[in-house]
Amino acid sequence: MTQDELVRRQRERARLMAWLLGAFVVLLFLITVAKIGLNR
Amino acid sequence: MTPSLVQPALPADWRDLVALTKPRVMSLVVFTGLAGLLAAPVALPPVLAFTAVLCIALAAGAAGALNQWYEADLDAQMRRTASRPLPAGRMERQTALHFGVGLAVFSVVLMDLAANHLAAALLAVSILFYVLVYTVWLKRRTAQNIVIGGAAGAFPPLIGWVAATGSMDLLPALLFAIIFLWTPPHFWALSLFVRSDYAAAKVPMLPVVAGIEHTRLHILLYSLPLAAAAVAPWALGLTGALYGLSAAVLSAAFLVLAARVFANRATDPSGMAPEKRLFAFSVLYLFALFAALVADRWVA
Repeated sequence: MTQDELVRRQRERARLMAWLLGAFVVLLFLITVAKIGLNR
Repeated sequence: MTPSLVQPALPADWRDLVALTKPRVMSLVVFTGLAGLLAAPVALPPVLAFTAVLCIALAAGAAGALNQWYEADLDAQMRRTASRPLPAGRMERQTALHFGVGLAVFSVVLMDLAANHLAAALLAVSILFYVLVYTVWLKRRTAQNIVIGGAAGAFPPLIGWVAATGSMDLLPALLFAIIFLWTPPHFWALSLFVRSDYAAAKVPMLPVVAGIEHTRLHILLYSLPLAAAAVAPWALGLTGALYGLSAAVLSAAFLVLAARVFANRATDPSGMAPEKRLFAFSVLYLFALFAALVADRWVA
């Protein structure tokens, strides 16, 4: 594996992790809102 | 040096991480989990229902990853599995272990947060059952591996139901029984035409240990209680006629195909068209049965 390939793969994974973390935060927010709605 | 012992020092490609979760198996798990959730008499808010199904999918992925982590040496010996990320040397074993454990913990914690403790506990049990009971304990030791281990795959509809209601009931228990009884004929049909693979890897699948004829008989024998379990929700008045009729027709077709397998005398995989047909139909059978259950609920 070349250095370029290594960097490309790391960037790809970092970008994916960022998206997944963002989605997780949004999901947690929506779960909280739904739970509050259920407990009303 | 076998391919499984090659340890590449490179970050795993995300596509290989996805492959580690066995996406094709996951689709059936997700569908049956969703069906259990939709068949429940309590409707969860959409975001909680989505999260519950997501957790079931992630847990299935975690179990698949841990299974591949433990069985890398076995997978390297079988044609069907040799191209998986670990035996092909595209990923370090430790990456698969960390990924699997992380995904398992995450799915259980998220299920607890979005649904309830019981659903989270069942999810944890299903992962542990698949990894410890099936993969580590049974698979390499006994021909009953998929009979007992099949319970792991039977959890999703139960978990879906419990995520929605917070309690167990007779219908989800029957859904559990259906998948539990469906698993042996499904996997034995497959193991008949990939028998040489299992034999080479020294996995004691029924055709390897007890022979082809014995396996064909057992496929037919297990199909009978499967058909009974499939029709039981309607017979017990838990579902409507739409499900009952669908279950009866699908189960009759399953029994016919199982009988054709029993009648087949071929020992070479090239002559095992009935086995291949039953294997393909068994996947469709489970999808159709659970789809009929959900449709029946919606109609009622």
